[in-house]
Amino acid sequence: MLNKGTIEKLIGIVGQANLLTARQDLVCYGYDATQMEFLPDAVVHPADPGEVAAILRLANAEKFPVFPRGAGSGFTGGSLPKGGGVVLVTTRMNRILRIDTDNLVAEVEPGVVTEKFQQEVEKLGLFYPPDPASLKFSTLGGNVAECAGGPRAVKYGVTKDFVMGLEVVLPNGDIIRTGGETYKGVVGYDLTKLMCGSEGTLGIITKIIFRLLPLPEAKKTILAIFGSIDGAAKAVSTIIRGKIIPTTLEFMDHPTIQCVERRFHLGIPSTARALLIIEVDGDRDLIEKQSEQIRALISPLDLVEFRVARDAPEAEQIWKVRRSVSPSLRDVNPDKYNEDIVVPRSKIPEILRQIEAVQKKYDVPIVNFGHAGDGNIHVNIMIDKQVIGMEQKAQEAIREIFRATLNAGGTLSGEHGIGLAKQPFLAMEMGPEQMALMKTIKRAFDPHNILNPGKIFPEANEAAPFPPSLR
Amino acid sequence: MDSLRRLEKEMKKCVRCGACRAYCPAFLETGREPAVARGKIAVAQHLLHQDLPWDGLTREIMANCLLCGNCTMNCPNEVATDEIVIGAREALAEKRGLPFLARAVSTVLRFPRGMRLGAAIAYLLSPLVFRKIPATSGLRLRFPVPFLGNNRHIPPLASKPFLSSCPEVLPGKPGAPSVVFFVGCMNNFVYPQIGEALLALLQGMGCTIFIPKGQQCCGLPALSGGDLETSRRLAEKNLAALGSFSADFVVSACASCGGALHKFYPAVLGKAFPELQGQAEHIAGKTLDASTLLTRLGWQPRGSGSGEPLAVTYHDPCHLRARGVTKDPRDLLKHAPGVKLVEMEGADRCCGLGGTFNVHHYETSMGINRGKTAAILRTGAQAVVSGCPGCMMQLSDGLKQQGSAMRVMHTLEVLANE
Ligand SMILES: Cc1cc2nc3c(=O)[nH]c(=O)nc-3n(C[C@H](O)[C@H](O)[C@H](O)COP(=O)(O)OP(=O)(O)OC[C@H]3O[C@@H](n4cnc5c(N)ncnc54)[C@H](O)[C@@H]3O)c2cc1C
Repeated sequence: MLNKGTIEKLIGIVGQANLLTARQDLVCYGYDATQMEFLPDAVVHPADPGEVAAILRLANAEKFPVFPRGAGSGFTGGSLPKGGGVVLVTTRMNRILRIDTDNLVAEVEPGVVTEKFQQEVEKLGLFYPPDPASLKFSTLGGNVAECAGGPRAVKYGVTKDFVMGLEVVLPNGDIIRTGGETYKGVVGYDLTKLMCGSEGTLGIITKIIFRLLPLPEAKKTILAIFGSIDGAAKAVSTIIRGKIIPTTLEFMDHPTIQCVERRFHLGIPSTARALLIIEVDGDRDLIEKQSEQIRALISPLDLVEFRVARDAPEAEQIWKVRRSVSPSLRDVNPDKYNEDIVVPRSKIPEILRQIEAVQKKYDVPIVNFGHAGDGNIHVNIMIDKQVIGMEQKAQEAIREIFRATLNAGGTLSGEHGIGLAKQPFLAMEMGPEQMALMKTIKRAFDPHNILNPGKIFPEANEAAPFPPSLR
Repeated sequence: MDSLRRLEKEMKKCVRCGACRAYCPAFLETGREPAVARGKIAVAQHLLHQDLPWDGLTREIMANCLLCGNCTMNCPNEVATDEIVIGAREALAEKRGLPFLARAVSTVLRFPRGMRLGAAIAYLLSPLVFRKIPATSGLRLRFPVPFLGNNRHIPPLASKPFLSSCPEVLPGKPGAPSVVFFVGCMNNFVYPQIGEALLALLQGMGCTIFIPKGQQCCGLPALSGGDLETSRRLAEKNLAALGSFSADFVVSACASCGGALHKFYPAVLGKAFPELQGQAEHIAGKTLDASTLLTRLGWQPRGSGSGEPLAVTYHDPCHLRARGVTKDPRDLLKHAPGVKLVEMEGADRCCGLGGTFNVHHYETSMGINRGKTAAILRTGAQAVVSGCPGCMMQLSDGLKQQGSAMRVMHTLEVLANE
């Protein structure tokens, strides 16, 4: 609980209008896309880095937790005020400060919505590729803090591959600048990369310098339908082995296709057992050639249909298939565990076979789709929490899938982060030495554990966040 | 509370993904989570579980919704937030009584002859009512008669309401389709020329037209204020009046009235009052917007459009967009030889009116409107065209406040000249 004096001081920093304490307002800042919910004591909307710094200095002096929040679209509870405290919303800091067409860099504030930024750079013939499916509402600050990825990651990489420099307010209120706008730079540790994916636990990002690319001249969208799941899975590595890196290689398995067809009737043949949505971009001539090469490469792999969009509306039709996945899944069961495992691309056929075995063993519906081009598969375990025992079975199934993933040389989360939701599984992937090192880093940044406490590391949940041996 | 309990399942469909943040006009203006659909749903769920007060702030949060349906249209789970907000407003009315404005609206709507505007205005502007509003209130600047504007830019009232100047039946050619016309308050009192344009267009195609005298206000203002009882009474009369002529179609030239008949009657009133459901669905199934009706009937311009074409830009009313009516009006305008259609940026963005929203949240409303007005002016068009008289009023207001004399027209007015 915050005392009245603290609230007064917060008002002194951000102004009455930008501090919320009414219960109705608080319930609106206690959730994210995980559907978990915690009630904060107050919500602040600072206007600039100076106000952010003042808030963190106060938090350090008076020892209350601060939880950074962008759009609250996270899938792992990273922004949630577990245990109470102050939610710090970044969305008033939402200016695109400059787009430099000479150096192909842009500087933005963290509250800018991803799509807005993409539209602005594209007006100048430039390109910011990271495209999480939430781009219409997620913030760039949240994207950096989670290191968000998207379908275009196959060719272009994820958010961190475009972050050149940051302005960060440290938990003690100091403001630092990391990296910069030069393409090279080896002075000291790479704190920029450390901040990427740090889930708001090390500092609050108040400015971001992004690298940009020239906007590709054209793109081609292809729907490839396969008669077997193995065919589609093998197609992924076959294309890459053929020395073609598509922009996008999205995958949908048979249960996913069934869900979508049942609800939306998009005309996918009934012989389809899996499909890929493939996009290539670049020079007009080059992509023409590449799409023919892809056809040749995957034809032997149980290919049922190869549909190339002739124009934008046809491409839109193909993407509609992918976008219809999420709304149609709930026809299977009302609740879902949404995992985002990653394996090396060549291991995709193997991991899909193992997931199928897990599904049979535990008898819970599992629907797989996602960014197969980079080995990132969204494994959706569809359950009904009302059915007794189902949640338990799902938990066990997840554990088994994670084990298989790690055995295949993969990782538990490609882009959604750990937050609160995946803490129970962290130790499966990370040894004690590495975890201890990470906690030491956290402590170096945030000795009083006031910034986003209780996230990533399971122990941090407890009253004494760090074991005595580390103090 | 029953109204909220009925919607509990609907609320559970919201998974808090935040997609509504990209589409809610009230959120985009204020940037605050209680304004957006998932925030309102969270508040409604907490109300249902009795852990939030039914106070002024709760009322303000629920009032901060335009009922535009934009969130639902773009929601992966198609959560009907508008129904949830109406349910919450009804529960609030039950707990705390109707808010002042809703009470005024309901009183007016309950006058014996529901569409007598003179009486309505006289009542609302009487010193008795007006004294209750502080001089600093936005209400003073923009005093609403159901859906009617402010005292700065109230559109001039028609000298004679549309309904009292036309017969109940206009016979057409044998074999041609028959149509029942639902007029609505704005078209009746403020823009009778829209109704006249529709009659001319339909008569040109030989249609038989019925204009039932017994029709009332559609009831949406009362419904959106949480006064289900008044809207039920009005709906009952309208359903009887519209159903008394057996016609192929029911047509509306007001996006909001059409939305009421097509969506809110079956989805909200029908659910709350099962005895209305059958007739509500029957009428909803026949209800078309005028632009869709003209498209289906294959409207053809008469002239060939000599001279310089009229450059127009089209604004999508939320209550047409929510029903998927975006292509028909544009196709009709493109088909008119004397018209050149110039698209504005964000044609699908709300104008900010939202019925009584713009009184409860005047600043937000006009903030939304400023963006709209700027986009309209950037097109350089000679006229802005829309399919909703409510939008037309709000658009004129915004344009006048920016010192522009651009014309504001209904799609039907443009077509009737062709
Ligand atoms: C429908 C849907 C689709 C999605 N698709 C994808 C996808 O394709 N790829 C993907 O990677 N993710 C996806 N996500 C997850 C989510 O959108 C991303 O993680 C996104 O980056 C979160 O941004 P946000 O602004 O909502 O951040 P929030 O959820 O508000 O916060 C996320 C984390 O970032 C921290 N944070 C936020 N801003 C700052 C800041 N300025 N400084 C420091 N820390 C900060 C928070 O403390 C929290 O830990 C999806 C989510 C949804 C609901």
